[in-house]
Amino acid sequence: MAKRLTCDVVVVGAGMVGAACALYAARAGLDVVVVDRGPVAGGTTGAGEGNLLVSDKERGPELELALLSARLWAELAEEFGSAVEYEPKGGVVVAATTEALASLKDFAAAQHAAGVMTEVVDADQVRSLEPHLAPGLAGGVLYSQDAQVMPALAAAHLVRASGARLCTGRTVTGVLRTAEGAVRGVRTDDGEIHAPAVINAAGTWGGDVAALAGAHLPVLPRRGFVLVTEPLPRLVRHKVYAADYVADVASDSAALQTSPVVEGTAAGPVLIGASRERVGFDRSFSLPVVRSLALGATRLFPFLERVRALRTYVGFRPYLPDHLPAIGPDPRVPGLFHACGHEGAGIGLATGTGHLIAQALGGKTTDLDLTAFRPDRFSGDEVNSP
Amino acid sequence: MAERPHLAVIGAGPAGLAASLAAAVHGVRVTLVDAGTEAGGQFYRQPAAALGARRPQTLHHQWRTWERLRTGLDGQIAAGRIRHLPDHHVWCVERESGDGGFGVHALVGPMQDDGVVVRADAVLVATGGHETVLPFPGWTLPGVVTAGGAQAMLKGGLVLPGRTVVVAGTGPLLLPVATGLATAGAHVAALVESADPRALLRHSSALAAQPGKLTEGARYTARLLRHRVRALVRHTVVEAHGTDRLESVTVAALGTDGRVRPGSERRIPCDTLAVGHGMLPHTDLAETLGCALDGTDVRVDDEQRTDVPGVWAAGEATGIGGAALALAEGHIAGRSIAARLHGSAPDPRTWAAAARARTRLRTFFAAVDAVFAPPVGWVEQATDDTVVCRCEEVTAGEVRSAVGGFGAGDLRTVKLLTRAGMGWCQGRMCGPAVAGVSGCTLTTPRRPLARPVPLGVLAGVSEEGLPALSEEDLE
Ligand SMILES: Cc1cc2nc3c(=O)[nH]c(=O)nc-3n(C[C@H](O)[C@H](O)[C@H](O)COP(=O)(O)OP(=O)(O)OC[C@H]3O[C@@H](n4cnc5c(N)ncnc54)[C@H](O)[C@@H]3O)c2cc1C
Ligand SMILES: Cc1cc2nc3c(=O)[nH]c(=O)nc-3n(C[C@H](O)[C@H](O)[C@H](O)COP(=O)(O)OP(=O)(O)OC[C@H]3O[C@@H](n4cnc5c(N)ncnc54)[C@H](O)[C@@H]3O)c2cc1C
Repeated sequence: MAKRLTCDVVVVGAGMVGAACALYAARAGLDVVVVDRGPVAGGTTGAGEGNLLVSDKERGPELELALLSARLWAELAEEFGSAVEYEPKGGVVVAATTEALASLKDFAAAQHAAGVMTEVVDADQVRSLEPHLAPGLAGGVLYSQDAQVMPALAAAHLVRASGARLCTGRTVTGVLRTAEGAVRGVRTDDGEIHAPAVINAAGTWGGDVAALAGAHLPVLPRRGFVLVTEPLPRLVRHKVYAADYVADVASDSAALQTSPVVEGTAAGPVLIGASRERVGFDRSFSLPVVRSLALGATRLFPFLERVRALRTYVGFRPYLPDHLPAIGPDPRVPGLFHACGHEGAGIGLATGTGHLIAQALGGKTTDLDLTAFRPDRFSGDEVNSP
Repeated sequence: MAERPHLAVIGAGPAGLAASLAAAVHGVRVTLVDAGTEAGGQFYRQPAAALGARRPQTLHHQWRTWERLRTGLDGQIAAGRIRHLPDHHVWCVERESGDGGFGVHALVGPMQDDGVVVRADAVLVATGGHETVLPFPGWTLPGVVTAGGAQAMLKGGLVLPGRTVVVAGTGPLLLPVATGLATAGAHVAALVESADPRALLRHSSALAAQPGKLTEGARYTARLLRHRVRALVRHTVVEAHGTDRLESVTVAALGTDGRVRPGSERRIPCDTLAVGHGMLPHTDLAETLGCALDGTDVRVDDEQRTDVPGVWAAGEATGIGGAALALAEGHIAGRSIAARLHGSAPDPRTWAAAARARTRLRTFFAAVDAVFAPPVGWVEQATDDTVVCRCEEVTAGEVRSAVGGFGAGDLRTVKLLTRAGMGWCQGRMCGPAVAGVSGCTLTTPRRPLARPVPLGVLAGVSEEGLPALSEEDLE
């Protein structure tokens, strides 16, 4: 017999973002059901990395969200700490040339004005922060707020701590609406779940879930490969990447970009990630892409040339045309909330997103202005633009 | 004259050898790339020449088949039609953009830290299979080895893994392993088989198809009797004991429900336990090329073609079934490749005998598979503190709590939450164990890197292109 559930809010998606939404909504006193067609963290959350970065974001709404999220992650770390492998290790962005260093300094100065802790370091200081870096770098910037979690563990622990009912292996196939058009729950392949509010936390598939409610939201995939090495003692202490990474992140180009972030993990392996390409949902292995990741990483850390890569995996970042997520109520469909499209920062931005969504659900004024994240900001023509 | 097409064969076991010979004889240049130091693969594993074995044939049956293959290989190598690259560990085969050719990327050197690339018009995946071992308390003690490992030590290194050996687990390989060890002078204290091989008799069609297998089994059994090896069928090893290394094992009888019969436990002193629970195909290279699988096997058609143009597969990569089946499949693949690379459709009548053998052996091994399944009770024997993933030291208890505590319902989630399968072997060894303990279906994760690769090689910095076998090399 098909199950029928009733609750205050249904979260569609048990990735990092859905988990954070569930936690903050439950802590605001709501009865939550989380539904996912796969397992917890079976989407992009289990196929990415866990950098919680403020360093790569330029001044603007995303940086505000990142700063709020960083504070909330630090709070959660007191509760979950080592269980989710939280490490406030800081990031080091390096510049190869004096020109690159000059523009990195300008970038950091603007971030600093927006509340980011930055510290410009010269060539010698860079080497003492990261003794195994290639020689001859011009300098860099230390970002002490950059941190890290293990995404799958984080999602699993947050869902469990929320006390929400978790329905895995259940696909949402429709959004139920009242005669007036307001949301009254979801239809799944195993019965209906009734609730006056639905949160679309379906990540890269958020556009499909929005469409089930008749709303346009052009979420698209941006492919990324990650390389994982054999376990090593701590030779890379921070998150380290070259200054041109920031330009890649913000880029609009469909072509391959790789300026990898290199970091050691609590478990020992060094993670090297990630490439950025727009090739749809093509999972096939691309040696050229993984080659360029390896090349970028060995240029930063020459000792890695002899270190073995054990595996590589691929994921699809959910992105929206203007590279900002969709967060908040959908004015077109009363009761529908969106929390998706976080691209390469969904782990970092999950806590802030969950917190803001819980405030919006409760009808409160949100800590951040959600205008830039409005889900109805796309007209429908932008999908095919480069 | 048009250049002869070039085939890269990965794996120099029976399948790869048979295919290389068939293709070379029919006008194809072949580069045979293999991780072993000598050709032969798993079955015809050869002692390194430096060991100066006087009579390696005592360790092998079907010695004559092997001699024919070896002579053929030597002849083709001398004629410049086959190039054999031993000690080459392939980490990836890539379909190259543009001309539709392939790049076979291998690691070489004493530390396997240099790279070479072989370019070819077609690829045969003949990578064989690997053993699986299911965990039980004490299985990580020094002195516990895989059955295949024990045999490899014997055939390849001419050394015995120990003096007093118990051979245990399930599958048709245990019998030859126990026989080989006993013949080489080890004291085989017991052969412990959890299945009941007599059940094969119920699959009478399979046996009728393969009468030779019965005589083969009978021959082994006779030899075991001669060496006074105790065979305990429907028994299992429940624990391995020892402080620094193995000292003894506890074996117990299995009931009809596949569970240990209480009170049937007894100890057998030994310094070595050779254990195996069947085999799984090596499919990484084929999967990365995009080849479809049937369950755990690379899917092939009647000509041994995969569904990816230019890629063939033969031998245990396409399903576990012994050396004779690998030979038949390899031969068919080689004939098909030769015809197809010359632009014509092959005539299956030219390999009719091999095709008949293939049909018979596949039927037989389907029955073998059904009979030699691990006992259902093995999962209960793996106590919470039993390590299931050795690389990452993950215990059965941790796997169980990922399932119970977080609702992990598939292998990937179990891996993400516990790290089981994330280490050196990438789940090749522990996959079936983790699947059993977690109650999840066994699925093979994608492993685009078939071997751990130094980042310098991956980056292309320390990788060298091998010249193609040139026409001048040919007679
Ligand atoms: C290679 C790579 C590296 C990355 N590195 C980082 C990083 O370092 N730091 C960072 O912050 N971010 C990183 N990201 C991005 C980050 O992984 C994503 O932004 C984040 O995981 C998105 O989480 P989510 O919960 O929105 O989506 P997901 O984790 O994809 O969850 C969405 C869930 O919705 C479910 N779903 C979809 N449709 C339905 C339906 N109809 N019914 C039921 N369920 C449904 C899916 O099964 C899925 O589980 C990286 C991404 C990649 C690919
Ligand atoms: C312990 C044991 C006992 C057995 N006893 C018998 C028996 O009595 N009778 C019987 O019929 N069969 C027996 N077999 C099975 C027999 O060995 C196999 O059926 C047969 O060897 C399969 O042939 P193959 O060519 O498919 O693969 P294999 O012989 O396994 O050859 C595969 C080759 O590919 C190479 N290779 C794999 N991956 C790579 C890579 N990435 N790069 C480079 N090279 C690679 C391997 O090194 C190997 O040389 C036994 C097997 C084992 C393990």
